Amino acid sequence: MKWDEFFVTGEPLIYMADAAIVLTIIGIVFVLTYFKKWKWLWKEWLTTVDHKKIGIMYIISAVLMLFRGGVDALLMRAQLTVPNNTFLDSQHYNEIFTTHGTIMILFMAMPFIFGIMNIAVPLQIGARDVAFPYLNALSFWTFFFGALLFNISFVIGGSPDAGWTAYMPLAGNELSPGPGQNYYLLGLQISGIGSLISGINFIVTILKMRAPGMTLMRMPMFTWATLITSILVVFAFPVLTVALALMTLDRIFGTHFFTLSGDGVPMHWANLFWIWGHPEVYIAILPAFGVFSEVVSTFARKRLFGYTAMVWSMVAISVLSMLVWVHHFFTMGSGAPVNAFFSVSTMAIAIPTGVKIFNWLFTLYKGRIKFTSAMLWSLAFIPTFVIGGVTGVMLSMAAADYQYHNTYFLVAHFHNTLICGTVFAVFAALHYWYPKMFGVILNEKLGKITFWFFVLGFNVCFLPQYVLGFMGMPRRIYTYPADAGWTELNVISTIGAVMMGIGFIFLCINVVYTYFKGERDLTGDPWDGRTLEWSIPSPAPHYNFAVTPQVKGLDAWWMMKKERKEGKEEEKPEYKPIHMPSNSGRPFIMSIFFFIAGFGLVFEWMPVAIIGLIGVIICMILRSFEYDDGYYVPVEEIKQTEAGRE
Amino acid sequence: MPAQQQKWLNLFMKVLPLSLLFLLTGCSERFVLLNPKGPVAEVQKDLILWSIWFMLFIIVVIFVLFAVILWKYRERPENLDYEPPDQHGNTLLEIIWTAIPVLIVIALAIPTVKATFELEKPPKESRGVEPIVIHATAADWKWIFSYPEENIETVNYVNIPKDVPVEFKLTAVGGMSALWIPELGGQKYNMAGMGMTLYLQADHVGTFKGRNSNFTGEGFAHQTFDVNAMEKEDFYKWVKETQASAPLLTKKQFNEIIQVGVLKDKLTFSGTHLAWVDFAKPGEHLDNIPAKEKHGTIKLEEVESDHHDNREHESHQHEGH
Repeated sequence: MKWDEFFVTGEPLIYMADAAIVLTIIGIVFVLTYFKKWKWLWKEWLTTVDHKKIGIMYIISAVLMLFRGGVDALLMRAQLTVPNNTFLDSQHYNEIFTTHGTIMILFMAMPFIFGIMNIAVPLQIGARDVAFPYLNALSFWTFFFGALLFNISFVIGGSPDAGWTAYMPLAGNELSPGPGQNYYLLGLQISGIGSLISGINFIVTILKMRAPGMTLMRMPMFTWATLITSILVVFAFPVLTVALALMTLDRIFGTHFFTLSGDGVPMHWANLFWIWGHPEVYIAILPAFGVFSEVVSTFARKRLFGYTAMVWSMVAISVLSMLVWVHHFFTMGSGAPVNAFFSVSTMAIAIPTGVKIFNWLFTLYKGRIKFTSAMLWSLAFIPTFVIGGVTGVMLSMAAADYQYHNTYFLVAHFHNTLICGTVFAVFAALHYWYPKMFGVILNEKLGKITFWFFVLGFNVCFLPQYVLGFMGMPRRIYTYPADAGWTELNVISTIGAVMMGIGFIFLCINVVYTYFKGERDLTGDPWDGRTLEWSIPSPAPHYNFAVTPQVKGLDAWWMMKKERKEGKEEEKPEYKPIHMPSNSGRPFIMSIFFFIAGFGLVFEWMPVAIIGLIGVIICMILRSFEYDDGYYVPVEEIKQTEAGRE
Repeated sequence: MPAQQQKWLNLFMKVLPLSLLFLLTGCSERFVLLNPKGPVAEVQKDLILWSIWFMLFIIVVIFVLFAVILWKYRERPENLDYEPPDQHGNTLLEIIWTAIPVLIVIALAIPTVKATFELEKPPKESRGVEPIVIHATAADWKWIFSYPEENIETVNYVNIPKDVPVEFKLTAVGGMSALWIPELGGQKYNMAGMGMTLYLQADHVGTFKGRNSNFTGEGFAHQTFDVNAMEKEDFYKWVKETQASAPLLTKKQFNEIIQVGVLKDKLTFSGTHLAWVDFAKPGEHLDNIPAKEKHGTIKLEEVESDHHDNREHESHQHEGH
């Protein structure tokens, strides 16, 4: 392979990106060296096992990926604004929509959600960390290096271009030669390890580490959502792992699982992909439901309406989500009985989802609704998600789906659910839990500007796309003729996309502004919250709870506050030394080896791949012989930290 | 909450349903999904409209409830001492809002299942009419139509008789494609090594746009074709003419046609490639297709100029009627 094949050449946009990457790296290295922060970076962040810091790193990575995916989206919208546009050529456009989809789902939505879970769940259940802090760090770093591997594809070797669904035979060696598709396979494989570990970690954390008195039916709704999501992760991700491994074998080692030659069956890829892929969208949406439940209940100052029904509807959704994958390819000709079954099972999901919508509405009913930024995101979710939901029901009708399939109607639908569900939720969660992470409150005014730009922009961008679907515009085309009659709506759609971009810029401004001038949260409970995370100072001390709380019902902190108001005497807390896990650099180092192995496989340089894998195995062996029982936080330190609160 | 924001919120709530209405009222020619030219698309249109009314009902109910509740229970300077009640839930209400979606799902499921079964067979409007069989082969990135009975092959256009069900036999040479003629009915995948059947029918004379709707790489956007629905007499006249005057399809020429690349020409041949290869059979995929070159091999200008292609096909062009 020549150097000009190794680096992507010939595109001014890419050269600009190259320059930007090099400058950013030089900048980061310079800043770290100048301010002597290398040690700080290593000790405080790279080796941390603290769930809150890991959560913050997840969220920072996710915001960066949101930027990357968003730029992809804007480039696509720019290309589609006018007919016969030559801004991007076909190959470039195909690479961009492939990376946009993959990044937004796997490297933006998932890590953002895992970040929020990491921050909120242990605090909500009164735990001092997750069950396996070391594994938690490994989850993050495998995700991080998987995402990094995927992202370098656009300057080194070339990006994948077969769509985020990577259907065979298109994604096979014959039709997609070169390293691009390998990046997809290895990037997802490595970060998938992280997702699977996180799933296991959160199941154990929630089942085993709740504060005394917190029965399952007293858990905050976000914790419930996390538990059910984690179970889905554990069931669904192994399918992706296997599917990716089989395609990797096909592409690199010449097997014939999904190929046309040698009796491979390309359709099996579509099946395996969506057996993972459909639960995956619920992995992205259920935590969102959890966030909305927390936020709506807090800012309506009311207990969540129909808690039990909320839990069971979520369980029902998760079970059904495993039984609907064929609706992604009704048009593959499975026959009427199969299509009919999957049609009805898909429609059935509307029932528990409808229950949830009404329960949120009735949580608001008779409440005292305070329109904070977090609440605005949650409120906007309800009407917009209803549109995404009903169009989902329309798509689920197999006979009608033969017309909708592969059109902009579908594109509008899934953006409507994923943006109004997941993205609104992570923004709501960011505003809501920001004080708990950093001790400062995001600026409300900037938050509302962000909200209006983004939400109005969203509707301007995607509602026209439903109409474009009815006009027969297929997805994934890089250009269209002028006489197709799609121009006006595409122009409107692009305007909406730009508005969303402006909204994102305001979010970034808000973060910077808050860093310098943000209002400090001195109470630890800025929203008059209901759950345990608001009972501790902001930002949360590294050991979370000085004394393990006693839970007497749902909304434990709300009940404690009520008792206090009624003048009930509180026992003076008696501090004991707190046992905490030690930091470890091994998850970081092990993930670097994963990265090396992945990079070697992408270019099919076997010696590199083998060195990477040996490194991984050595890390595992060293871990097996490690005896580190953590350390104790002395009472003095707890006293000091807690005293600062008064 | 300041009045200004409330106004915006209200406006926002109005814009949403309005934009949906805009979607529904525009049953003009441009809305191909709602502009059926045959019984299959008609079935699908009816199903779509049936579902839209239910969906609109749901949207209206929830939007109204949402707006009323937000307005009534918003925090105001005068209600700051109001403490909301400690409501746990309401079993009756929860049963109601579980039951109504169940009923709606049933109301949608029955016609859906019926239509799904119905579309697997030739349209019932033309029961007793023998369907015309046309093999539709998707190659990257062009469409090849073979009439085995008539012994004709066309590229990038297909002529069909009006009021006769067409039994499309779908298959592909390369990537998984989908044959879609929105005005005649929904799509189905074309897959290499697989044969599938899609019944469509035109009950109007005219030219309709067809395309591959499933992403297959670089030239995907240009993989379109025309469907010319003609009176029966015209169709059979065309068949006779073509059989008599169109050049015979040779193996060499066919292999040239299916090379990876955009081909905008409309070609007509007598004889079909089914004589020597059927891509619907497993293992009949193409090994002789060269791997595509990466990065920007297709530029729009080239595609535009494909009409006056430098390829010399000794076929005569036929634009239908």
